[in-house]
Amino acid sequence: MKVIVRYPKRQELELKGARRVRDILKELNINPEAVLVIRGDSLVTGDTVVGDDDVIEVRPVMSGGQTDAVH
Amino acid sequence: MRCIKCRQPAAVEVRRHHSAFCPEHFIEFFDNQVRRAVHDEKMFSPEDRILVAVSGGKDSLALWDVLLRFGYQATGLHINLGIPGYSDLSQEKTEAFARDRGAELIIVDLEADYGVTVEDFKRGSERTPCSACGLSKRYIFNKVALEQGFDVVATGHNLDDEAATLLGNLIHWQDGYLIRQGPVLPAGYPNLVKKVKPLYRLAEREIAAYAVLRGIDYVLDECPNAVGARSLLYKEALNLIEQHSPGAKQNLYLGFLQKGRKLISAAEERPQLVECERCGMPTTAQVCSFCRLMERVRIRLRRSKPEPVAPPAAR
Repeated sequence: MKVIVRYPKRQELELKGARRVRDILKELNINPEAVLVIRGDSLVTGDTVVGDDDVIEVRPVMSGGQTDAVH
Repeated sequence: MRCIKCRQPAAVEVRRHHSAFCPEHFIEFFDNQVRRAVHDEKMFSPEDRILVAVSGGKDSLALWDVLLRFGYQATGLHINLGIPGYSDLSQEKTEAFARDRGAELIIVDLEADYGVTVEDFKRGSERTPCSACGLSKRYIFNKVALEQGFDVVATGHNLDDEAATLLGNLIHWQDGYLIRQGPVLPAGYPNLVKKVKPLYRLAEREIAAYAVLRGIDYVLDECPNAVGARSLLYKEALNLIEQHSPGAKQNLYLGFLQKGRKLISAAEERPQLVECERCGMPTTAQVCSFCRLMERVRIRLRRSKPEPVAPPAAR
């Protein structure tokens, strides 16, 4: 399967063998709280099994900026 | 994983609520959280003109989208900050969103209207770029709202933003900031327009999920100036805790709103001190606690001692 990771830079990884989304994130050392996983145009949950022919995008959800004062 | 409402395949898991939802029921969950925030915190009413601060990122576009769907009078305000390779794309995404929905959008260009960019702040100010940028945005949001008669400014700050800000304010014990931190900053004098954060009950991940499910085309890249920002460190730390203890961010921030803020403001309300009318020492009452204590003790002592025997009358 192809995994497109967008943080910190966009990169494409190739993983062999079907596995669950949560295991892929664990393998890549990515906190599931900090990302969404998208297959095609659908969001998928951690227990979804991704096959060898699939392409998934791991999209970070964090945005930064000022926190040292009241917004 | 199945939707807890309809048992269809789930698209989004919300661990802090022990829930998972299909796209349709996730949007319903999202809408309910926004409605509850607006209602509970008395943010605005349908008659109010709302100025929505829109950066082109997921949070602000999701906020604008939900307010427009709810039928509020929500006008967007976008500030082009002049950040190379970032600001023009942000403006394009914001304009495309407004065009698609026929929504009213005001654009302020920092360089054209004020003669500076955020890049100039890096060179000409002691503040960090994020701090100078935040300050400028707050100033301009308020100014435009005031000049154009808006009742309230709405921003897309989410649960993660607020929890990270709270963590930062606690680490540095910024008591002045802690007292004022909340989803509503009331209007004040002189010329301060009310500010609200209708997404404060929703996690950043949930807002990103909403944006994807609603087909909102937002800027995916992080602002280049925010790389290494303290806020990201706090968010990562909180996400690590959240991963092992779902609901931690919500408990931290919503708990602060319910309990912590009261404790801090109570501690801050210093009573007026006056001089004790008997001894002149400082007190909050007419007579100080020490004088009252002494008075009580003397009365009791007098009562417990036998009355002195009157000396025999002189003959």
